[in-house]
Amino acid sequence: MEPFALLLAATLNAGTVLAFASLGLLINERSGIVNLGAEGMMLVAAVAGFAVAVHSGNDWLGFAAGAAAGALLAAVFGVLVIWLNTNQYATGLALSLFGAGFSAFVGIAYTQQKLLERPRFAVPWLSDIPFVGTALFKQHPMVYIAMLLTAALAWFLYRSRSGLLLRAVGESPESAHALGYPVRRIRLAAVMVGGALCGVSGAYISVVYTPLWVEGMIAGKGWIALALTTFATWRPARVLLGAYLFGGVTMLQFHLQGEGVDIPSQFLTMLPYVATIVVLVLISRNANFIRVNMPASIGKPFFPGG
Amino acid sequence: MSLNSKRQLLKTAAFTSLAAAAALLVGCGKKAETTAATPAAATAASAPAKPVPLKIAFAYVGPVGDGGWTFAHDNARKAVEKEFGDRVVTSFVEKVPEAADAERVFRDMAGQGNTLIFGTTFGYMEPMLKVAADLKDVKFEHATGYKQAPNMRTYDSRTYEGAYMAGVIAGAMTKSNTLGVVGSIPIPEVIRNINSFTMGAQSVNPKIKTKVVWINEWFNPPKETEAAQSLLNAGADVLFQNTDSSAVLQTAEKAGKYAFGWDSDMTAYAPKAHLGSAVINWAPYYISATRDALDGKWTGGGGSWLGHKDGAIDMVSIAEVVPAETKAKIETVKAGLKAGTFSIWKGPILGQDGKEILKKDEIADDKFLGGVKFYVKGVEGKVPGDDKK
Repeated sequence: MEPFALLLAATLNAGTVLAFASLGLLINERSGIVNLGAEGMMLVAAVAGFAVAVHSGNDWLGFAAGAAAGALLAAVFGVLVIWLNTNQYATGLALSLFGAGFSAFVGIAYTQQKLLERPRFAVPWLSDIPFVGTALFKQHPMVYIAMLLTAALAWFLYRSRSGLLLRAVGESPESAHALGYPVRRIRLAAVMVGGALCGVSGAYISVVYTPLWVEGMIAGKGWIALALTTFATWRPARVLLGAYLFGGVTMLQFHLQGEGVDIPSQFLTMLPYVATIVVLVLISRNANFIRVNMPASIGKPFFPGG
Repeated sequence: MSLNSKRQLLKTAAFTSLAAAAALLVGCGKKAETTAATPAAATAASAPAKPVPLKIAFAYVGPVGDGGWTFAHDNARKAVEKEFGDRVVTSFVEKVPEAADAERVFRDMAGQGNTLIFGTTFGYMEPMLKVAADLKDVKFEHATGYKQAPNMRTYDSRTYEGAYMAGVIAGAMTKSNTLGVVGSIPIPEVIRNINSFTMGAQSVNPKIKTKVVWINEWFNPPKETEAAQSLLNAGADVLFQNTDSSAVLQTAEKAGKYAFGWDSDMTAYAPKAHLGSAVINWAPYYISATRDALDGKWTGGGGSWLGHKDGAIDMVSIAEVVPAETKAKIETVKAGLKAGTFSIWKGPILGQDGKEILKKDEIADDKFLGGVKFYVKGVEGKVPGDDKK
């Protein structure tokens, strides 16, 4: 049972990395903005978070720095696409490329640095329970924060007035504008919160998950987070489920390889992608459901007064 | 002041500030340019009015800052600069993909006047071969490949010697008798390293089992972390990797287990987990190849495979926790490799199924080593892509 508990624990950890970024992108897209710059924001946040954690010795300051870096880049992106109405996809791609280069450049001095000894976490009492303790209660606090964030986001989107407003902006910015809501400012706020969450994810990777900085270290997680948002039909709980599923199958395929199971490793490497897509497509296969959940104005520019 | 002159003044002010802004922009542009071209420009500046220096270019697959494979190549490039001073000008292009892009980069390098070009990863083989056929007066050096041309030769290092020495240490340090390897791409070089690592461990501890997990990439730190974590979960307590970052070492550090540095000295990344680093020193080869080219003695078509004997492979920074007798054993291995009295791939060597692959006292030749596609006894699992059994 012990290996299975460890597998579950590793799954939660791997899923958390994706969950933060994917939830952030969900907020973006709910407001009608697609930010393809996730990978770039995560890279810049990873180096910012790592640098601050190295100098301050405090992981939480590192996460804050990552969030700030992500929000800042997202703000630049936001001003470009919301006020200057540049193409969202092209601008996002540019941000992604810029982030990759910029993070490599400012990170040169940090490639040989290391963080203080990594603390280990355990929830008192609960972590002593056999199996469950190992599987669930010896995680970094950010793992639980991701779960809480998902619940909070679901409540925000479907139970709060501001959430309704955010969705309204994403559905029909013209109507929201006609009602007197500041559509552009709401979108900018959504984009910045999304960037901050991508930043938290990037910093979590460089400070906790793989505690080091080396250029290009996000290695595609940002793109997976983007795809996850769509396959989860913009629903927070499904995003979290998809993130755990992806993390779980990733860990499972390594586990199977380690156990010497007779499946080609190339096939296993492909498995997390296929499994996540298949499962999310199956639970979201109702075309009406997708239409209802997909923000109607997604990716489209908005011209107030036009 | 009349209205007219006031307007004039404003006009002048506007023009001045515009000009200043333009100057600033130009200044910035220039600065960026010089920073980008530093390695080449710095050496070029120091070599005026001398006999034309030999221009050497390096194509790297990863970033110089990977702290592993590419970092080791770049250190050797710097050693060449140091050795020959203003007789050479070196430059490099990093993160050149192992695809059609590489061909464009090689042509570009030749176009810039480089006459000695190093390509430092296996995947450059075909593009380099193509360019070499077109540009007969450029000398090409390809790392880890097996195809040659009249103006293209190959070089490689016997990384398996470092893997074997790491195995000796791992065998002495493990408590669970289970070792874990994070494999990159299942090619003979990597499979050979996994086998050599296992054989090294078995030389001090016959009960050793090695678990292998492939990530099918050279460089992907989060994936390397996940693979390492799954090996630790499966009971491995000493890890070894054939990937290009220090992620596996960091994962071991976090879990309080052991691991090794690979390609470059990685002590700094994980002082507690680090048992030693199997390093590659490309400098002796790069210096001798450069000397060949400078003296007009460079000949293509051949291949070199350099090991500990040639100063290319070493096990360095062995940790204090490693027992003295193990350290002594490493010294014996090194001395044996240097003197040519010790061979790692010497029979009897058994395959996974216990069948004898090399008979007693039979020594594997380089051709045999170049085609290793099987696991030795003690390695668990199956070689990916091997469907013969």
